[in-house]
Amino acid sequence: MAAAVPLSIYAALFFGSYPLPAEAIHQAIASMLKGQAESQELVIVRDIRLGRILLSFLTGAALAVSGGVFQGLLRNPLADPFTLGISSGAACGAALSLGLGWTLAGFSTLPLAALGGAFAAMALVLTMSRLAGDFSRESLVLGGIVVSTFLGAAIALIKALNEESVAAIVFWIMGSFQGRGFEHVGLMLPYMLVGGTVVLLLARELDILGLGAEQAAQVGVAVGRARIGLLVGAGMLTAAAVSVSGIIGFVGLVVPHLVRMLIGPDSRPLLLFSALGGGILLLWSDVLARTILSHGAELPVGVVTALFGGPFFCLIMARGRRG
Amino acid sequence: MTAPIIEIQGLNAGYKDSPVLRDISLTVSAGEFTGILGPNGSGKTTLIRALSGVLPLTSGLVRIAGHDIRELSPKARAKHCATVAQKNPGLSGVRALSLVLMGRYPHVSFLGGYSDQDHRRAQEAMAETSSLHLQDRGSDTLSGGELQRVITAKALAQDTRLLLLDEAASNLDVARTLDLYELLRIRNASGLTILTVAHDLNLAALYCHRLVFLKNGSVAADGPTDEIFTSQTLSEIYETPLAVAAHPITGAPQAYLVPRA
Repeated sequence: MAAAVPLSIYAALFFGSYPLPAEAIHQAIASMLKGQAESQELVIVRDIRLGRILLSFLTGAALAVSGGVFQGLLRNPLADPFTLGISSGAACGAALSLGLGWTLAGFSTLPLAALGGAFAAMALVLTMSRLAGDFSRESLVLGGIVVSTFLGAAIALIKALNEESVAAIVFWIMGSFQGRGFEHVGLMLPYMLVGGTVVLLLARELDILGLGAEQAAQVGVAVGRARIGLLVGAGMLTAAAVSVSGIIGFVGLVVPHLVRMLIGPDSRPLLLFSALGGGILLLWSDVLARTILSHGAELPVGVVTALFGGPFFCLIMARGRRG
Repeated sequence: MTAPIIEIQGLNAGYKDSPVLRDISLTVSAGEFTGILGPNGSGKTTLIRALSGVLPLTSGLVRIAGHDIRELSPKARAKHCATVAQKNPGLSGVRALSLVLMGRYPHVSFLGGYSDQDHRRAQEAMAETSSLHLQDRGSDTLSGGELQRVITAKALAQDTRLLLLDEAASNLDVARTLDLYELLRIRNASGLTILTVAHDLNLAALYCHRLVFLKNGSVAADGPTDEIFTSQTLSEIYETPLAVAAHPITGAPQAYLVPRA
């Protein structure tokens, strides 16, 4: 699986709206590695294609890992940043930051605002679900739908009030990597690394929390601290992904399930392999999104993931009912 | 005189708007094998939850091995005291051995993983509860009795001096119940202090050296089994006539129901 990552990245370089022969791509890769002079091919391969490929890979990895954490932590197979409404929260925070033109000491506040939005949505959904019962799969997902719908409307409103400063609304609602590259990798990577490190360090606690809060405490887990750490870490991963790509659904739902079927439920390997799997899945979803339409137009990548993720969601739901 | 491993002074604990335990004071010395008995709703489970540190105390003091339980970190607490709960979930897809390894959590550092020694201790504990052959089974595929043995192994793997059990035999048939209590007897003989909630009066009288009866959240009777397990005490506490006679083989006191008619 690890070998599939460089192979996927390499293969994906061959897809794009501007036709480039294989030779030109290999030449561009060679000159990239040797640091040779700029050429048009090099700019296309490196700045346009490679940047976007890496960004889609990292975004997919972040979404899949946070989905794996939410599923384990809430003991809910339908949980992921999208179904819980956390992606919408992050998108709303990001749209606000763009719409109001917030900056902080010259740096972009985009990921920070996304993080704030993600935490706010998380708090809202968890509180609603707690009031309705005890994090049952239905109450969580219902809370997620309500929050998503509400925040989707809020994003539309922000967009309507700031015609110029906010990118097309479909970008935030359906997610897309159009026109994005290395610059955005730099923007999201710090948050992704911190969030990813936190959840991996707490993987053992995540396993034990499967026993329930009380029994986890009885074997010595500081339950409150572990839960907050995992929520914050997963929230950072979601915010990192959403702040550069908008809302992309179902990657965080589908990938951890598939990985669990393949390698079992141990959290540390589960999260690591989910990162690889989520990265590869979103990378190829994006290739599809930018090549499937013949006349050079693009499909939002969130459309692609929703098309395969929706049916998968139904499958998990039906299986859960039986079991 | 051995040092007390549990000291409870004026303990009040319970749930929102419904205090359960009222002014409980109790001392358990290292090496005791004590049964907690009492009618339904008398606070037995609540006492175990308070002692294991998961239920906040309303007032009073609980010391485990000399440490105020409120000042112990969860990890430090879990090094002193292991708990076998009444209801145990099997975890979907999680192997039985992985479940037992969770008992090693308090001995593993934050950055480290489960070591070879942790694996060995987990497997030894599974062997003790006759569940080693189940180690690779998914814990959600085990029967109630099998899971109970695995969970007991998890508690033993924790390597504590104190073991709390809440009705650990509730899912077990007669033979498995005896297996469990024999294991507890052997572990107690080698120094483990045991405090177990029991529904079965006679089972408790066979194995426990000391019995503590709770009623309405308070200690109604407390003493060595031979002295306290009398027809009068039992009949008062359970509000129903109970006769007591010696066990034909061991001589331990055993209770008999008396038809009301």
